[in-house]
Amino acid sequence: MSTPTAKMTPKFDIRNNSVSERRPAKISVNDLNFYYGRNQALHDISLELPERMVTAFIGPSGCGKTTFLRTLNRMNDVIPGTRVDGEVLIDGENIYASGADVVDLRRKVGMVFQKSNPFPKSIFDNVAYGLRINGLTRNRAGLAERVEEALTNAALWSEVKDRLNSSALGLSGGQQQRLCIARALAIRPEVILMDEPASALDPIATSKIEELIFDLKKQYTIAIVTHNMQQAARVSDFTAFFLLGKLIEVNTTETMFTAPEQKLTEDYITGRFG
Amino acid sequence: MTTQVHRHLDEELDLLRDTVLRLGGEAEAALRHAMHALVDRDVAVAREVLEHDDAVDALEVEVDRQCIDIFVLRQPAARDLRFVMSVAKTAPLLERIADHACNIARSAIDLAQEPELKDHIRIGEMGEIASSMLAAALDAFTKSDANAAREIIKRDAEINDLYNDIFSELIGMMVTEPATATRDARLLLVAKHLERIGDYVTDISELTVYMAEAAIIKHQRGNV
Repeated sequence: MSTPTAKMTPKFDIRNNSVSERRPAKISVNDLNFYYGRNQALHDISLELPERMVTAFIGPSGCGKTTFLRTLNRMNDVIPGTRVDGEVLIDGENIYASGADVVDLRRKVGMVFQKSNPFPKSIFDNVAYGLRINGLTRNRAGLAERVEEALTNAALWSEVKDRLNSSALGLSGGQQQRLCIARALAIRPEVILMDEPASALDPIATSKIEELIFDLKKQYTIAIVTHNMQQAARVSDFTAFFLLGKLIEVNTTETMFTAPEQKLTEDYITGRFG
Repeated sequence: MTTQVHRHLDEELDLLRDTVLRLGGEAEAALRHAMHALVDRDVAVAREVLEHDDAVDALEVEVDRQCIDIFVLRQPAARDLRFVMSVAKTAPLLERIADHACNIARSAIDLAQEPELKDHIRIGEMGEIASSMLAAALDAFTKSDANAAREIIKRDAEINDLYNDIFSELIGMMVTEPATATRDARLLLVAKHLERIGDYVTDISELTVYMAEAAIIKHQRGNV
């Protein structure tokens, strides 16, 4: 298994009996190629992301892991000159099919970025923003309820409930990142994409984000790009290793970090890799 | 290209390998000397084995310290993780082998006061097998050779069979020659120490298989 060209389905190994339950794929990627102009950034990626589990993407800078993450909600569409072929199925629907509704896709697939990017508005308005523009609530009470729900799910409610009308920019870096997660959760997505969500945070704030990821996977399918391999080991159920735009190996996180099947993965994980 | 940081990790792993092999060498020497003391009634060598045990204990502590440092400071993964984990679990086994050798040395001192061993008691042969298994296990560990380790595991049956034979023989002697009962009981203990050493060597070999192949084969003798 796990040759770079093979269809990669996370495997369940008798050595790793902690993953006892096979979950259906929420996202299936088939033969995906991605180009920035003439430069091919992703080569024949085939991968499945099981539902309500965390899949981490690791690899050196420029390996294509963030590009790949962004193909899962068509975020690369906004970059001029890009082109994609192959398919990304979410619940069996190809998000690149002609006529696919991108707005609906982004409601279903939320995203959290490396640098927290709260709007220069109040804490409440940040979380309420997506609900308002999508017309997802009928009245003010309903809106307040959804904002509280999102802040609670992002483990931020108890810290901000008494200052909901204060500027979001006054929050700490870790709180701002959890606010962005709350903003993504408010519209009740099914998948959350996280692009190095803790890379700018201190260990305490990082630990809160990681605990949050652990809680969120009960409800959401999560894909996370991280440069921190210990973080991938801590938070994910599956890990995919990318190199030079190719998927080298995907496996249970336990197997990836104790007995990877590909030498390239082993070299990267043990740091013997330029 | 390998980074500077990982050159340091490689150096630390090499140092750890050296330390555990020194511990293995000490355990091997303790067993060989204890058996020599027993078979050749050499009380001086038996005492040396006992006196040297503190050095063996110190080496085990040193292996522990190095393993903890690597776990905490380097967070090893994949083959590095398996190596450090295997070393951390092998060191106490080697220390216990040396402890069993000390117990054999104590028996050698006691038995040296008694009339000589009967030739037909195959304790010496059992000691030879245990020693050669230990040497082979350390060799397989050094080379990360899972196939060799699997062969050693199979040899444990040899030492167990010999233990059962010696056990029956000594019990028989206690019945037919009650005057020899004290000596027979001491030899029975020596045989039991050697049988336990065989078990520890098996455990070390299982760790070698884990280190080399990430396969956990302990408690699964059918899968060796």
